[in-house]
Amino acid sequence: MSGEATATKGTIEHLRREFPVLDREVRPGVPLVYLDSAATSQKPKAVIQAMSDFYTYQNANVHRGIHRLAEEATEAFEGARARIAAFIGAASPSEIIFTRNTTEAINLVAHSWARHRLEPGDTVLLTEMEHHSNLVPWHMLAAERDIRLVFAPVHEDGTLDLEAYRRLLEGRPGLVAFTHMSNMLGTVNPVAEMSRLAHDAGATVLVDAAQSVPHLPVNVADLGADFLAFSAHKMCGPTGIGVLYGKEALLESMPPFLGGGDMIKRVDLGGFVANDPPYKFEAGTPAIAEAIGFGAAVDFLSAAGMPAVFRHEQEVIGYALERLAEVPGVRVYGPEAENRGGVASFTMDGTHPHDVAQILDRDGIAVRAGHHCAMPIHQKFGLAATTRASFYLYNTRDEVDRLVEGLYKVKEIFA
Amino acid sequence: MDDLYREVILDRYKNPQKRGTLDPHDYSYEDDNPLCGDRIRIDVRVDSQGTVTEAAFSGTGCAISQASADLLTESIVGKSLDEIKRLGKDDILGMLGIELGPVRLKCALLSLKVLKAGVYGLESLEEELA
Repeated sequence: MSGEATATKGTIEHLRREFPVLDREVRPGVPLVYLDSAATSQKPKAVIQAMSDFYTYQNANVHRGIHRLAEEATEAFEGARARIAAFIGAASPSEIIFTRNTTEAINLVAHSWARHRLEPGDTVLLTEMEHHSNLVPWHMLAAERDIRLVFAPVHEDGTLDLEAYRRLLEGRPGLVAFTHMSNMLGTVNPVAEMSRLAHDAGATVLVDAAQSVPHLPVNVADLGADFLAFSAHKMCGPTGIGVLYGKEALLESMPPFLGGGDMIKRVDLGGFVANDPPYKFEAGTPAIAEAIGFGAAVDFLSAAGMPAVFRHEQEVIGYALERLAEVPGVRVYGPEAENRGGVASFTMDGTHPHDVAQILDRDGIAVRAGHHCAMPIHQKFGLAATTRASFYLYNTRDEVDRLVEGLYKVKEIFA
Repeated sequence: MDDLYREVILDRYKNPQKRGTLDPHDYSYEDDNPLCGDRIRIDVRVDSQGTVTEAAFSGTGCAISQASADLLTESIVGKSLDEIKRLGKDDILGMLGIELGPVRLKCALLSLKVLKAGVYGLESLEEELA
């Protein structure tokens, strides 16, 4: 074994110790093999500690109090926003709107941008590989405003049909909304090129980055995204908080989202004056501890280095694809390793994904079985469900081996 | 092997006794569990006294859903529609011989849901399975 591989192994063992849950046994004598990070990632000590410290030492509401605790809470909350802005290359922290999650971020665009900017008869261009969170808000808008939805198709190998995408842009959609990385196929889409083409056609671009910001370096300026949505909980942070990034000029031009405290400059009985972005879109007391945990997650990932995170996952998924190909009757969907993130959705001949997942669970292996909130792309491949193993910075080749051993056990049981 | 994949379940999954469709039939109903894509159809023939003379199931899904459909379909032959109405969750679990968590319980009960919906219509169903 080369010295470099040994060093990598030492590094990952060190890193795994930062995630307390990875140490647990699922049942006595059965250690956890967590391969469900595309659903939600595990949390490092630094994130758990940051949230616990906030409640232990600083807890106060933000933006209001004059007292010491309120000042500290506000500083910690806004500090987190600034570090998240830097993490994705936003021009200013005011371009970072805190939402509950990616889904709410996309709904915010549908509600406060699309509803006002799109006219009946206008088109929204999506793709066949979208998560329900980037489909249903548009279905709802389409029904309400007589908007037409068109879908860029996916090739058999799981990559997007860019020729068809170009042709659909000739229909001059008002909005183009697509995923950076498919949560089922693992496909990483060429976002920069797709954005450039969409802008040339006069469209505004929304990127669903729920699966990309956690796993690869993302810079909103390089990608050319007008809006970009992601969630903390898939990137080592807590549940209950996500981000909508929006270009400042766009955010300035948009009406508020929800109404209430914090999103106003002044209120009288006759009406209100909306606050400036990002506060205009953040009504009510925000998820303060979660924002602070999110900031700690971004610090953790920055220290690990996103290029290194992506390289590690490429190595693990490459190995996983190789090993899964050895198992007779297993079919993995999606592109080759160089075009995909750390996700492998697969079927096994003669065995339903639920049964696969249940038997793997006996050996402590956590995978997801079902349609992964992406029914249309499953339908495209003639599937009701798949089993999905997804990998993150803490997963190892040994865990891939455990998965494959588990799959041989499934075959034995269902032989 | 653990309880969940007892011999009876694997055997019924691999070698079902009642897989097929009936043409003609007196009752037929089909439903799915969109969460996991399990889909089951049950066809039933009854005589003039309302006793089941033949039943068959078709569909796709996990071992639990398909085995329970096979066991249920077999068990209702010779039963009256009244007896079918009294079938409940415990009867299915008794046939399977296992305990199930809430997610897998849906798989096990899909066939009962389909059977009752086919025979009695959906209205009476929700309260019975609640």
